[in-house]
Amino acid sequence: MSDLNVVGGTVTVRVNGEPVTLPQGAMLIAALLEVGVPCRISESGEQRTALCGMGICFECRASVDGVPQQRTCQIVCKEGMTVETQR
Amino acid sequence: MIRRYDIVVVGAGPAGLGAATAAATAGRKVAVLDDNPRVGGQIWRSGAGKSAADRWREQAVAAFQVSGAELFAGRQVVDATASEGTLEAWFAAEHTIESFGFEALILATGARERFLPFPGWTLPGVFGAGGLQALVRGGYDIRGKRVVVAGTGPLLLAVAAHLKQDGAGIVTIAEQASMGQMAGFGVSLVARPGKVLQGLRLRAELSGVPYRTGCWVTAAEGSEAVTAVRLTDGSRTWTEQCDLVACGFHLVPNTELAFLLGCSITQAGVVEVNAQQQTSVAGIYCAGEPAGIAGVDAASLQGKIAGLAAAGKIEAAAKLYSRRDAEAAFGHAMSRAFALRREILKLAAPDTIICRCEDVRLGALHGQMMDRRNWTDAKLQTRCGMGPCQGRICGPALEAIFGWRNASVRPPIFPVPISALCSAPVQDSEVSILESQESSR
Repeated sequence: MSDLNVVGGTVTVRVNGEPVTLPQGAMLIAALLEVGVPCRISESGEQRTALCGMGICFECRASVDGVPQQRTCQIVCKEGMTVETQR
Repeated sequence: MIRRYDIVVVGAGPAGLGAATAAATAGRKVAVLDDNPRVGGQIWRSGAGKSAADRWREQAVAAFQVSGAELFAGRQVVDATASEGTLEAWFAAEHTIESFGFEALILATGARERFLPFPGWTLPGVFGAGGLQALVRGGYDIRGKRVVVAGTGPLLLAVAAHLKQDGAGIVTIAEQASMGQMAGFGVSLVARPGKVLQGLRLRAELSGVPYRTGCWVTAAEGSEAVTAVRLTDGSRTWTEQCDLVACGFHLVPNTELAFLLGCSITQAGVVEVNAQQQTSVAGIYCAGEPAGIAGVDAASLQGKIAGLAAAGKIEAAAKLYSRRDAEAAFGHAMSRAFALRREILKLAAPDTIICRCEDVRLGALHGQMMDRRNWTDAKLQTRCGMGPCQGRICGPALEAIFGWRNASVRPPIFPVPISALCSAPVQDSEVSILESQESSR
């Protein structure tokens, strides 16, 4: 529990339906950055992705397994997780 | 249900781990809560990148794991009451709020980066300096990416060295402080050989990378993502092509929870503590960056002192005071050496977004059309700082630019779904605070 830093192995998640394979222990934001899609569209229509990388700024919000407004920089990838970017 | 402990520690970075290990080893029942899924905080953030390995981290985590302290990861503290000795934490993975009771509380809530707005800073690809490092440790593959590292402080060198280790090409490091300003810092380092060696090792790893002092980013360019930055040295301005920008302008202590608990905050914006790291509120201690930005060694020592003091081991704590005080002096020297120049407080244009959550632009806050008086006025009139980050990003920027300080903190100190605040069983379909804000427009 205290340390999920696993060496070796991969995990596959889906970003807007597209499969992305990452090293075991990766955060969901890494999958979004790998695909290159913005996490969300801002109030005035700008494309946004992570800024702070540590759970403070909320710019990396996306819908995770159907739950909206999740900070993808604070969620460890689990096999089969789905992320949908927010319009 | 309330989980009761002798001592609750908030934060599992160097300070929190030091505190929890010391208190639990002294025989106290200790719980540690952290928002992140893993221990280590930001500086010791573990993960997928090559640069994540750290001997000091391994030692601190190993000592913590055998100490008997219990870890509650993925918990975001949203409320706390000093008089009742209770706090509430949002556990997103289980979609629930948990209650903890404590005799003593140790705040080791760490720091975040300060961001200063410049045209283009909201483009995808512009990250915090420590932020990009955290993302790489979280599995973001930056091999072959061209990165401009910009801002201020020794963190820039460390970040650039780590990003290079992980395969990035460092285009340039732009340090806003001048060489003259930093020379004073160098002199004060003579008494601190360990820190100097650390700096030299990083410099060796960065051989061939331009390190420009007295240089700063004036704008990021690109349409859908950053493709270049404009840099200046005050007289000349030029463009550097890049894929990513990593920028940070010092650290800002996370003092929201201390503020909520009624702890005194100094004029400098840090939590006031005595020699034992106790705050102005009895039984509440603070360690690490919230008590003054001074780096990882200071944080570890302060954590140990707080943990020992909270466990009643005052004599053992007192043995660490002189080392702790020397580290604090290092922190003061650092903030003087990297003081922000006036020019970088004036980069935002009227149409530059200041509040990224609510897309409030500078022109709505200050200028020919508008002149907000303070943070509260800005919030009420423009929604600046009222989005989900609760002003944690734009607040420190506006404090640097206009001297505005956020004078109120209310629970929940982090957004949680409305459903979590109700006692009724939680349904997936229930509306969260974020959604309700958006639908009320």
